[in-house]
Amino acid sequence: MAKQNAALKKNDRKLRLAEIAAGQPRLDRIIHERLRLGIVSALAANQSLTFNELKKLLQTTDGNLSVHARKLEEAGYIQVTKSFENRLPKTEYRLTSSGRRALERYLDHMEALIRAMRDR
Amino acid sequence: MATVHPIRRAPVALHDHAMDNLRYIRQTMERAASFTAVPGVGGVVIGCTALAAAVVAAGRETLDGWLAVWLAEGLLAWIIGLAGTVLKSRRSHMPLLSGPGRKFILGFAPPLAVGGLLTLALYRAGVGQPLPGMWMLLYGAGVFTGGAASVRVVPLMGLCFMALGAGALFAPAVWGNWFLAAGFGGFHVLFGIIITVKYGG
Repeated sequence: MAKQNAALKKNDRKLRLAEIAAGQPRLDRIIHERLRLGIVSALAANQSLTFNELKKLLQTTDGNLSVHARKLEEAGYIQVTKSFENRLPKTEYRLTSSGRRALERYLDHMEALIRAMRDR
Repeated sequence: MATVHPIRRAPVALHDHAMDNLRYIRQTMERAASFTAVPGVGGVVIGCTALAAAVVAAGRETLDGWLAVWLAEGLLAWIIGLAGTVLKSRRSHMPLLSGPGRKFILGFAPPLAVGGLLTLALYRAGVGQPLPGMWMLLYGAGVFTGGAASVRVVPLMGLCFMALGAGALFAPAVWGNWFLAAGFGGFHVLFGIIITVKYGG
């Protein structure tokens, strides 16, 4: 089963790279935006991060972060949990499996673009 | 004749933009991972072994015997800490010696090396009294500087060690072993639990 999954993943990656090389890119507009890319990357390296941690890490404003985080949440790339800690509201973000896959796809895309330009 | 300046800058080549994006992803992941590069579970285990070491060391009557127990504990803690960091970096898909790991080592190693040399010098002079305070001060300084870019709880742990170390330095010599138990034992367990619960692993 695991072998089959790995083979499928490999095929999927090959397909994506071929598509990009053939000039039919499917660029993921949701994470292409700089701050959203930052949010996804930061969450890929952590199990979860709070709103304040992300804000400090990405050096952005409350409004900017919440707008972009909501877009990612709507796309199903991140999961948001709201709770209270010492009576203060706490918002926590986690990357979903589809968010992780989207980041992997995006990395492949960038990699393929660089390779395609080098080969020219 | 006046020079004509183009209104727009030359467009950025596609592959340069892609390279820039990859660099940004890498840097963000490195900075984010450094947030919690310190292993929480490893800290709890180190705390437990330190508490056991304090009990064993309390029964030793000579400086040699007492020092041997704590040096063995130091080595064991180093192995546990390294294993915890390796496991945590693997889980977060970050190479150990990438940004966060390197930053922590660069901040953490110099005070530890100084501690080793001063321990040797004091041992040769037959002086054991300042050792607990000095160890905790230097360890705390290492955690503080190494974890400066980390979540607030890591440098806070460093500060707590430094405060306890300062207390131990001026406290009666017979309390030294129990100061070590409170610091290397108590603080590691306490902060290890906080890091595990809040930041995972």
